[in-house]
Amino acid sequence: MAIKLTVNNQPQELDVDPEMPLLWAIRDHLRLTGTKFGCGMALCGACTVHIDGQPTRSCVTPISAVAGKSVTTIEGLSSVAGKAVQTAWVGLDVPQCGYCQSGQVMSASALLARNSKPTDADIDAAMAGNICRCATYARIRAAIHQAADSLPASQAKS
Amino acid sequence: MDLRNIEDSLATWPPLARLGITRRAFLRFTTIAGSGLTLGAIIPASAAKKSGLTVLGIEGTPGDFSTPFVRIDPDNTVTVICKHVEAGQGVWTGLPAVVAEELDASWGQMRAESSPAKVPTYGNFAFGPKGNVQGTGGSTSMANSWDQLRHAGAYARAMLVQAAANRWKVPASEITVSDGVVSHKSGKKATFGELAAAAGKLSLPAEVKLKDPSQFKLIGSEKKLPRLDSHSKSTGTQQFAIDVMLPDMMTALVLRPPRFGAKVQSIDSAAAKAVPGVVDVVQIPRGVAVVARDTWAAKKGREALKVSWDESGAEKRGTDAIFKEYRQLSGGAEAVKVENRGDADATLKKAAKVIDVEFEFPYLAHAPMEPLTAVARLSADKCEVWAGCQFHTIDQANAAQASGLKPEQVVIYTLAAGGTFGRRANAESDYIVEAVSIAKATGGKYPVRLIWTREDDITGGRYRPATYHHVIAGLSQDGKLIALKQDVVNQSIMAGTPMAGMIKDGVDPTSVEGGTAEQYDVENAHVTWTQAKVGVPILWWRSVGHTHTAFVKEVLIDELAEAAGKDPVAYRLSLLEKHPRQAAVLKLAAEKAGWDKPFANGQAGPKGARRGRGIAVHESFNSVVAHAVEVTVNDGTIKVDRVVTAVDCGIAVTPDVVRAQMQSCIGYGLSAALYGKISLTDGRVDQTNFHQYRVLRINEMPPVIEIHILPSTNPPTGVGEPGTPPIAPAVANAVRAATGIKLHKLPFDLAAAKATKT
Repeated sequence: MAIKLTVNNQPQELDVDPEMPLLWAIRDHLRLTGTKFGCGMALCGACTVHIDGQPTRSCVTPISAVAGKSVTTIEGLSSVAGKAVQTAWVGLDVPQCGYCQSGQVMSASALLARNSKPTDADIDAAMAGNICRCATYARIRAAIHQAADSLPASQAKS
Repeated sequence: MDLRNIEDSLATWPPLARLGITRRAFLRFTTIAGSGLTLGAIIPASAAKKSGLTVLGIEGTPGDFSTPFVRIDPDNTVTVICKHVEAGQGVWTGLPAVVAEELDASWGQMRAESSPAKVPTYGNFAFGPKGNVQGTGGSTSMANSWDQLRHAGAYARAMLVQAAANRWKVPASEITVSDGVVSHKSGKKATFGELAAAAGKLSLPAEVKLKDPSQFKLIGSEKKLPRLDSHSKSTGTQQFAIDVMLPDMMTALVLRPPRFGAKVQSIDSAAAKAVPGVVDVVQIPRGVAVVARDTWAAKKGREALKVSWDESGAEKRGTDAIFKEYRQLSGGAEAVKVENRGDADATLKKAAKVIDVEFEFPYLAHAPMEPLTAVARLSADKCEVWAGCQFHTIDQANAAQASGLKPEQVVIYTLAAGGTFGRRANAESDYIVEAVSIAKATGGKYPVRLIWTREDDITGGRYRPATYHHVIAGLSQDGKLIALKQDVVNQSIMAGTPMAGMIKDGVDPTSVEGGTAEQYDVENAHVTWTQAKVGVPILWWRSVGHTHTAFVKEVLIDELAEAAGKDPVAYRLSLLEKHPRQAAVLKLAAEKAGWDKPFANGQAGPKGARRGRGIAVHESFNSVVAHAVEVTVNDGTIKVDRVVTAVDCGIAVTPDVVRAQMQSCIGYGLSAALYGKISLTDGRVDQTNFHQYRVLRINEMPPVIEIHILPSTNPPTGVGEPGTPPIAPAVANAVRAATGIKLHKLPFDLAAAKATKT
């Protein structure tokens, strides 16, 4: 039976194995390839998407668990916080190989949406689940602070 | 690693010999290269159009002015065709910067794209003067492109100037170019795009004059040149091999042997084929492939697949047994001389103090964030490969062999690689050959996308070789290092590969490069290497042999300084008289770190914690890097608080990229120092994913990293790797300064080291 959900504000119906992780449904079936596969065990964060606004590892989330919910991928990231994060990412030249950065941006956007002025400890707590083998961590931290500074506190959530 | 012999080593290797690199072709090419003409040889724009890259949307509209390295389109964009893979190290920014400088382009008009696999046009001159191997490695991308791309930019500039001169009927000498605009004093102006068509019809000028470095506006500028790939990589639009979606494409996973060297005995594919979505199960040389409509079905199918393995030829030892054997082999009957100068034995007997140390380094997986992936599409007369190729023409030759076609029938589309650190450059092109083999075994019915899972990546071999060093060093009465005996044991990266020709006098240079005797000019030194025979596949890993030789060198020298009662910086400087670059870099790092000053925030850390400083310097890939670090050791854990880095990499073309690479090298090296370890039990790899193969996370990254680049007018040298070797020893030295614990085994285990008497 097809599973109905919303992806990037578009209604979608997916007739796939209900156990299929959301990651493979959005990559292979919806062809939204910005969300990356890194580990398949929720260990690296490359697959992070927002489900009803919450940062979620799509590689271990069965598609059946997302029925009726709203999924935002990097392609659909349009929140004020999300845009501020991407602007800071580009401005500080955060990416190196870039493969993990979709997940980093999604985790950082979710952080700023709930905490518009995160401390270094807040950043550690929110971002420690996202691995970057190029170790762009120093710039990720700086970019989150820069994005936060660019953001009036009241706007982050909109 | 001196890579200059790779090309000769490969010359007799059958897959490459089929590429037709004949002596005649070589002579013709070197003649052209000598005159610089290859840089500006015009290819018709239509050829680019047919390249197929437009399928992926990574190529713009073919322009009117087109050379192998520079294309100028009517829309006024300047595209630099990069022969090196962009794997994060910044070549899509650094290489365009070189062209933009000589062309006097505006940075905003610069673009980058991958070249086709083609030699000698896109050969790497660091791999040999003939340019008959295209590949990215040894931190050579900038070094071997520097002169070539400066010429490419200068030729393009001269031709645009000539085109303007012809159009305006004025002498070329009266025309200036600045920030992407061609101007004449009469007030006439034109963009590159407006002149491109006319310029493309001109013949090449006989010669061009390169800028004097004092005239550089973009190169070396502290006004940051934004990376050309930051936007695509911050918005999820950068395409990697895993993102390639071709019509009717299937996804394949491969079941590989549980032990290295095992072979397929029998296959029961019934259950796998019963999984909905699975379309084929085929045997290939490296295992059994499950081909399915999507990745999930391929994964489920592989879980259901039953294969019996013939393990008669498999490696069944564990790493404990392997290290035991290494200790026995060390300096023994099979040891080969690496260096023998003076009389180390006799001098050691006279030494006032002798230090005897063993070092152990585990196997390490590269673990790039994008697991190995390749897409292959095969027809009767053509094989197309999409991958983050690091060994372009070797991959092409291997794909040709696997597909049964000729190399010229193999088209390589090099995409951005989601990290590689050496893993995607291997002589067998393992992952590419797998993809092509599956396409071949399924009769080219559909394009095949091969994905390695993280478990495949961690357990799949091609690791940094496990390595053992035994060092005996002697000090004179006044504390001078007067004698060194060093025995190294590990597997050879080059042996048994087409690059075996790089083994000279029985020594694989990648096993011993960057040694202590060499970099500290020890007068009496006897160094041996013993090649271990183990069935675990190995490969170069970011900075190759320096990953272990630098650690031994810099920890040893620090302990010798302590034994001599000398300051670690002063002691090193006394040994670096013949190495002025190393001395200068070391001094700068020490000075900027405040080596002689107390800790900025006091010596004491949290209650019960110990703080310490350590330093290390090392030369690799023609660059020199020193790290001065501060650590806090608390409750059995090591926290790196601050890293002050100095680097001499010649001219820093894009200083911001150099800094990014230093940060990256520090993080990558710290992963290995603190956590990195692949172990085997009875021949089976113990680690499978990031919960067991732990890597550095943001909360473990040193909160303060300061990077200082030495001003230089020398040609650029490597930055992708040279920052890695000195970080682990700097941290070990800081830990010893803080606690007295000597760390001689990686990854660091404070409790174990404390319990070991050394």
